[in-house]
Amino acid sequence: MALRDWPIQQKLTAMLVLISGLVLLLTAAAFAGYQYWSLRQRTLDALSLRARIIAANSTASLAFANEADARELLSALRVDPHTVAAVLYDKRGHVFAAYPANVAGDAVPAAPGADGYRFERGLLIGFQPVEEAGSQRLGTLYLASDLKAIYDTFRLSGIIGLAVLAVALLAAYLLSRMLQGTISQPILALAETAQAVSTRQDYSVRAPKVGEDELGVLTDAFNQMLGRIEDQNRALRESKEGLEQRVAERTHELEERNEALRHNSAQLLAANTELDAFAYSVSHDLRAPLRSIDGFSQVLLEDYAVQLGEAGQDSLRRVRAATQRMGILIDDLLKLARVTRAEIRAEAVDLSDLARDIAAELQRATPERLVEFKIAPQLRARGDPRLLRVVLDNLLRNSWKYTAKQARPRIEFGSVEENGGQAFMVRDNGAGFDMKYADKLFGVFQRLHSAAEFEGTGVGLATVRRIINRHGGRIWAEGAVDQGATFYFTL
Amino acid sequence: MNPGKILLVEDNPDDVALTLRALKSHNITNDVVVAQDGAQALAYLFGTERERRAEQDLPAVVLLDLKLPKVNGMEVLQRIRADEGTRLLPVVILTSSDEERDVIEGYSLGANSYVRKPVDFVEFTQAAKQLGLYWLLMNQAPPVPRRP
Repeated sequence: MALRDWPIQQKLTAMLVLISGLVLLLTAAAFAGYQYWSLRQRTLDALSLRARIIAANSTASLAFANEADARELLSALRVDPHTVAAVLYDKRGHVFAAYPANVAGDAVPAAPGADGYRFERGLLIGFQPVEEAGSQRLGTLYLASDLKAIYDTFRLSGIIGLAVLAVALLAAYLLSRMLQGTISQPILALAETAQAVSTRQDYSVRAPKVGEDELGVLTDAFNQMLGRIEDQNRALRESKEGLEQRVAERTHELEERNEALRHNSAQLLAANTELDAFAYSVSHDLRAPLRSIDGFSQVLLEDYAVQLGEAGQDSLRRVRAATQRMGILIDDLLKLARVTRAEIRAEAVDLSDLARDIAAELQRATPERLVEFKIAPQLRARGDPRLLRVVLDNLLRNSWKYTAKQARPRIEFGSVEENGGQAFMVRDNGAGFDMKYADKLFGVFQRLHSAAEFEGTGVGLATVRRIINRHGGRIWAEGAVDQGATFYFTL
Repeated sequence: MNPGKILLVEDNPDDVALTLRALKSHNITNDVVVAQDGAQALAYLFGTERERRAEQDLPAVVLLDLKLPKVNGMEVLQRIRADEGTRLLPVVILTSSDEERDVIEGYSLGANSYVRKPVDFVEFTQAAKQLGLYWLLMNQAPPVPRRP
């Protein structure tokens, strides 16, 4: 595993152990170097001191060539196990005395070397001049000491140093294990929290805060971020729930309304069916007795005129007139009912054409009347042609009827601007009406004139209004008594 | 004069009486057979009784009311048009109804004419006269079909 992939705890521990180990090693190396150097120096000092003492003591032996004394003197070196050899040379450079007594000839130099001390072939050797104070040189002392003392000390220090190093490293390791937690723990906690957030999508968890250091700041910032995300999530969830609830409520409302609509339309359908049956039965059954009344009245008038007398005949004629009026009434009511249930088949209709047609028809039916018709050309609209014919027929027929007593009757069909749209109008200079009763004009069986003045059933304008309403239009009237009337309608 | 009979299919006795009077007042003296409902009309046209009569005995015209007990006028018309022997028989619907659907259905089923009975008896007798004149005198009757 690459170093960068190590867990942070191991990284910290390794770093701390490495650093402390390096420091310890450097310290130990410096200490060992110093000790080695100082040991050599001390050993050298001790050897030269010993050499000078022996040299001073051996002047007499050399001066008097006393070999036994010299040997005795050198043999005192026995007490020092490290002095491996000693030789006293005379002033000519010949061996005068040697220690140990049986030393091999080639183990010591045959002649003295240069004065001074040096390390040579694993030994410390020294050549010390032997002189009487302030006089000529008597000879030379050679001393050789092994370095065991240095090595022993050095080994011991090495062992101690290694033990200290091991203990120190162990201590460093344990301490770093303990102390790295203060850094790694918050980071690990953060990492764990982040993982929990990302895997469980749980924004309610919080990283535990350990201290007020930078990691503490980081933890705080992280927790605040989580808090904000959680808040936003909650807000989102709430608004989603709110939305869902609203949708559910609306859906429920819609369903209820739909249900009500279905119910209503079913009721309407039932009512329509009933109305259909009713209208059919009115059309067929109510007219049958009327026919009998009228028919047999006529039979009486024809067959029993003499017996009835003038008064009887008059009565029967009234019966017949009433019967026929009732027939017309029934027919008008039927028309009104048909308008209500008729399906509207909209298409382009030339109202001017229709008006001309109806005017001609009226003129044909009563050729003796002279009425001036003024019909604007090319007035077109969209609607059911048959129903629009009923509208124009009713309006023009009304005008025809109410101008009967006018000396110079005039009937006009045209259009006017109405709120930016087109309104059609039928105007006459006939009997007119009092605007006080304008709202009663379009009611069923509502009449503003007596049957004696102008005959009628009071159903026509109600039918007209129903047709206009079914086309989504509006109808209204203006007029004054004896000043004529104007009917406006939009489609 | 065409000696053909008139088959009047009418359940209302008043209407029967008035129709007969209207026809008579205009000197239409042809025999009028009255059927008081659709079933009687069908029995007269297709029943066992009919088997014994000659082919020539078919009425010259049928005056058919629509609203009838048992079998209504439309069904009678349907049966008349479905039968090879009466397929071409002139049928005039004479009824109170001027409902558009009745008019359309009547013509669709093959009625030759559709007349609405007016309330005014004078108008009614006029209508009866015209019908009689047209169907009994002016109209060229279809050839009598041969039965196998």
